Amino acid sequence: MPRVLPYLLLLPASLFLLAFFFYPFGLVVVESFTRGGEWSTANFERMFGHWKFSTAFWNTIWLTAIVVPVQLIMALTMASMVQKLKTGRSGLLYIFAIPLGISDLAAGLIWLAIFEQSGFLNSFLHFFGVIDRPVLFLGYQNLWVIFLAVCLAEIWRATAIMMVIIVAGMGLIPKEYGEAAEVFGASRWQRFTKVTLPLLRPSLQTALILRILMAFEVFAVVVALGGTTLPVLMGETFQWQFQLNDRGVAAAYAMVILGLSVAFSLVVLRLLHVPKGARI
Amino acid sequence: MSDLTIDAPRQRDIARAGRLLFGAGLVLLVLWVLVPIWLLMVNALSAPSEVTGFPKRLWPSFDLASVRFFWNFQGVTAALWNSVQVAALTMVLSIGMGAPAGYALTRFDFPGKEFFRIMVIMTRAFPLPLLALPLAVMFIRTGLDDSIIGLALVHAMLALPFAVLITYSLFSGIPVELEEAAWTLGCTRWQAFVKVVLPLAAPGIAASAVFAFVISWNEVFAAAVLTIQNRTLTAFLLQSLNVSPLPLKFAGGAALVLPALIFIFAVRRYLFAMWGIANR
Amino acid sequence: MAEIRIKGVAKSFGSFTALHSVDMTIRDREFMVLLGASGCGKTTLLRIIAGLETPSQGEVWIGDRRVDHLPPRDRGIAMVFQNYAVFPHLTVFENIAFGLRMKKLPQAEVDRRVNRTAELMHIEQLLARYSGELSGGQRQRVAVARALAMEPDVILMDEPLSNLDALLRLEMRAELKGVLAESKTTTIYVTHDQVEAMSLADRIAVMNGGYIVQADDPVQVYRNPAARFVGSFIGNPPMNFLPAERLGDGRWRVAGQEFAGPRAGPARIDFAIRPEDLGLADAGLRARVRVVEPLGAHTLVTTDVDGHLVRAVIDSTLTPQPGEVLTLAPIPDRIRWFDPETSAAIP
Repeated sequence: MPRVLPYLLLLPASLFLLAFFFYPFGLVVVESFTRGGEWSTANFERMFGHWKFSTAFWNTIWLTAIVVPVQLIMALTMASMVQKLKTGRSGLLYIFAIPLGISDLAAGLIWLAIFEQSGFLNSFLHFFGVIDRPVLFLGYQNLWVIFLAVCLAEIWRATAIMMVIIVAGMGLIPKEYGEAAEVFGASRWQRFTKVTLPLLRPSLQTALILRILMAFEVFAVVVALGGTTLPVLMGETFQWQFQLNDRGVAAAYAMVILGLSVAFSLVVLRLLHVPKGARI
Repeated sequence: MSDLTIDAPRQRDIARAGRLLFGAGLVLLVLWVLVPIWLLMVNALSAPSEVTGFPKRLWPSFDLASVRFFWNFQGVTAALWNSVQVAALTMVLSIGMGAPAGYALTRFDFPGKEFFRIMVIMTRAFPLPLLALPLAVMFIRTGLDDSIIGLALVHAMLALPFAVLITYSLFSGIPVELEEAAWTLGCTRWQAFVKVVLPLAAPGIAASAVFAFVISWNEVFAAAVLTIQNRTLTAFLLQSLNVSPLPLKFAGGAALVLPALIFIFAVRRYLFAMWGIANR
Repeated sequence: MAEIRIKGVAKSFGSFTALHSVDMTIRDREFMVLLGASGCGKTTLLRIIAGLETPSQGEVWIGDRRVDHLPPRDRGIAMVFQNYAVFPHLTVFENIAFGLRMKKLPQAEVDRRVNRTAELMHIEQLLARYSGELSGGQRQRVAVARALAMEPDVILMDEPLSNLDALLRLEMRAELKGVLAESKTTTIYVTHDQVEAMSLADRIAVMNGGYIVQADDPVQVYRNPAARFVGSFIGNPPMNFLPAERLGDGRWRVAGQEFAGPRAGPARIDFAIRPEDLGLADAGLRARVRVVEPLGAHTLVTTDVDGHLVRAVIDSTLTPQPGEVLTLAPIPDRIRWFDPETSAAIP
C-alpha cells in the first residue's frame, strides 16, 4: 500500500503539468510550424521578413545584456550588505525584497510617474533650474531615453530576485572558509573574490538563468513606458496574436524566445559549471 | 612592530571612512528602492489635476479624488474583483496540487522521483506566459475562455513549480521521526500528517499560498491574452494604457502595488525561510 | 503475554542486506538489548518489530498474533526514538497524552496516566512547557514518559541515551533501569554502548553485519563469548588474542609458553584472555612493556608479546617502565579459544 501513495500524491500535479504545460508547449511548437493547415516554415519566414523583427530581437538582447550584469553587481552588493549587518538585518532584507512583490506592469507605471512629461524627473530638474519647461522624455524621437527608462525600471524591479537567491547561497557558505582565508592573509576583497564568489557559483547559476529568462520575456514595462514605440519580442508576440490575428507568427516568436532561453541557459550552465567534488 | 604603531591611527581613519561609505551606500540603496514607490503613492493620493499638473511636489495632498476616480471608472471594480477571484483560486489550486507533491518528494523514494523533479524545474526554463497562446485556443474550445477558472489554471501553472519546491523544503525540515512517533502512538498516516506535520508546516504553507496569490495578482501577459470581458486588474490596465488618463494609471498602479506590499510584509519571515536562509 | 518471536526475518535495501535471516525469542517482561556497532542491523531489526519497516522475509509475532504486516499502531508497542521526537507544537502534557488521546481514553484516565508517568520521570513541573524550552535530558524524559503512559505490551528504545552527555547518561541509565523494572513491560533496547548493555540487560543480543552472533545474559556474553567478535567488542579494554599451535594431547604453545586447551580443533587456533585476567607472576607470557597508562583505579599496560599487542590490567600501585619485560600469567579457567576460520568459540 505505501508503494502506491507517493504516486497518488504526485498525480494531481503531474496531470496538471501534462495538461497545462506539455500539451500547450507541444501546441505552440506545432502552431509555429503550421500555416494554412500544413507543415511549413512560412510563419518563420514571415516573422524574419517583417521589419520589426530584427528591431525587437536586438532590443530584447541589448536590454538583457545591459540590465543583467548591472543587476548582478547590485544584487551581490546588496547581499553582501545584508550579510554584513548585525542588527536590522530582517528589516533591510524586507526593504530590498519589496520589488519581488511588484508586478512588472506596476513597475512600468512607477517609472512612468518619474519619466512622463509632467513627472517627477522633470519636476526635479525644474526645481534645480536645469530646465524651464518639461521635457518630453518618452517621445518616439528619443528612443534611447525610453530604452534607458525601461532599463532603469527593470533594474529597479528585478534585482531583488537575484539578491534573494544570492543571500540564500551566501547563508550556505560556512563562516570557517572566510575565517581561514583571513588567517592566511586574504584582505576583505580577496576573501570576496577568492572564497565567497566561487562558492556562490550554484546560486549565481540559478540567479542568472532565472533573470535572463525573465529578461527575454520583458513586456509590460515596455508597454507602460513606451507603448509600441519600443518593440520587444514578447510585445511582438502579443501584437501578432491580437492585433494582427496571426497565431502562427505569434507562435514563431514564442519559439524564438524559447530558443534564446534555452541557449543562454546552457551557456550559463557551462560557464558556471561546478564539478561534483567541488561543491560545499 | 613599529609599522603597526605608526599606522594605527591611519587604520582607524580608513576603517571609519569604510564604515561611512558602507552607511552611505546602504542609505542610497534603500532610497533607491523606496522612493519610486513613494512617488507612485504621491500620485495616487493626489487630486487628478495635480497628477497631470507640473511641477510635481514630493508630498501628496492626500486628496482621494484620484482614488475615487479610479474606483468609479467603468470596469475597475469588476476588474479588481476578478483579480481577487483568480488569485484566490490560483492559491488554492497551486497549494492543493503542490503540497502533496512536495510531501511525496521528501518522504518517499521511488522510481520516477528524479524525473518528476526535473520536470518541475524544467517548467521554469520556458516562458510560461507564452503558454497562454495555445491555451487561449484550447479554452475557447472547452468554453473556459475569458473565465476566472481558465486564467486561474494558467496562473496555477505559473505558481505550481514554486509551490512544489517550497513545500518540498518545508517538509524536509520536519523530521520524519515525528510522524513515526505519531504512528507508534496510534495515528494513521493521515492523522499523523494532520496532527503533527501540518501544525508545524502551516506557517510556511500559508506563506507559499500568499506567494501564489501575489504571483497571480501581478501577472500581466496571460491575463491580457485570456480575459476580455472578465478582465483582471492587470489586463484592464494594460489594455487601457493607450487611452487611460494618468490619474487612472497611477491609482491603478497603486492598487497593484499595495496588496503585494502588505502581503510580502506579512510573510517576510518565510520569504527567506522559503529560500533556505535562517535569520541569524 | 508479550513474548516476541522473530522467525527468519531478513531485510534488504536494494542491493544492501541489512539483516540476514534472524531468529530470536524475547520472553515476556524480558529486557533485551540489541548491541552492536553502527550498521550491524540492530536499529533495522527494532524498526521491523515496531512496524516502521516491513521485513523482506520472515515473520514477527507479538504474543499470539502475527504482526509483521500490521501498522505500528495496531501492534501494542510504544517507542522511544533516538532524537526523542517530542512534538514541538504541543506542551509536555499533551505530548505524553498524545497516544492516550488517539485511544480515546476518558479525560480522567488521561490525567491519571500523564501525571503518574510524569512523576515517575521527575518532570511533573514541566507539564505546561513546550519542548523548545527543555534541555535534551528533559526531552528524553518526556519521550520515555510518553511511551510508558501507553502501558504497552512492548517498549522499544532506539539508543535513547546516545545524545546525552556522559554524566547525564550515567544517571539516566540507572533511572531507566529502575523505571522499566517496575513497569514489568517487555523491553527491547538498541545501543552501541556495551557498558549500557551490560548494565541494563536481562539478555544481550550481540549483532554484527546483519547477524545475531550471540544472545545470552550479560555475564555469559562477557565470560563465554560465542565468537571472536563478541570477545573483542565487549569489554574495555578488549580481549587479547594470540595465535596458538597444537602440541598434541590438549596442549598448546602460545608465544613460547605451554597452556592446556581443547583436545579437538585445527592445528592453529586463537588463544584469548581478557586484560583483567592477566596478572604478574613468575611463570607466563614474556611481555615487553610499550605503554603504561596509570588510570587511577588501576594501571593499563600495553605490551608486546612475541610481536603481538597484549594489554593487561594490573594494580594501580605498580608502575612498570616502557622497555621493561614483565611475566604475565593468565587465570587458567578464563582462557578462551577461537577457531581462526569460523571465529567460533571452541569449548
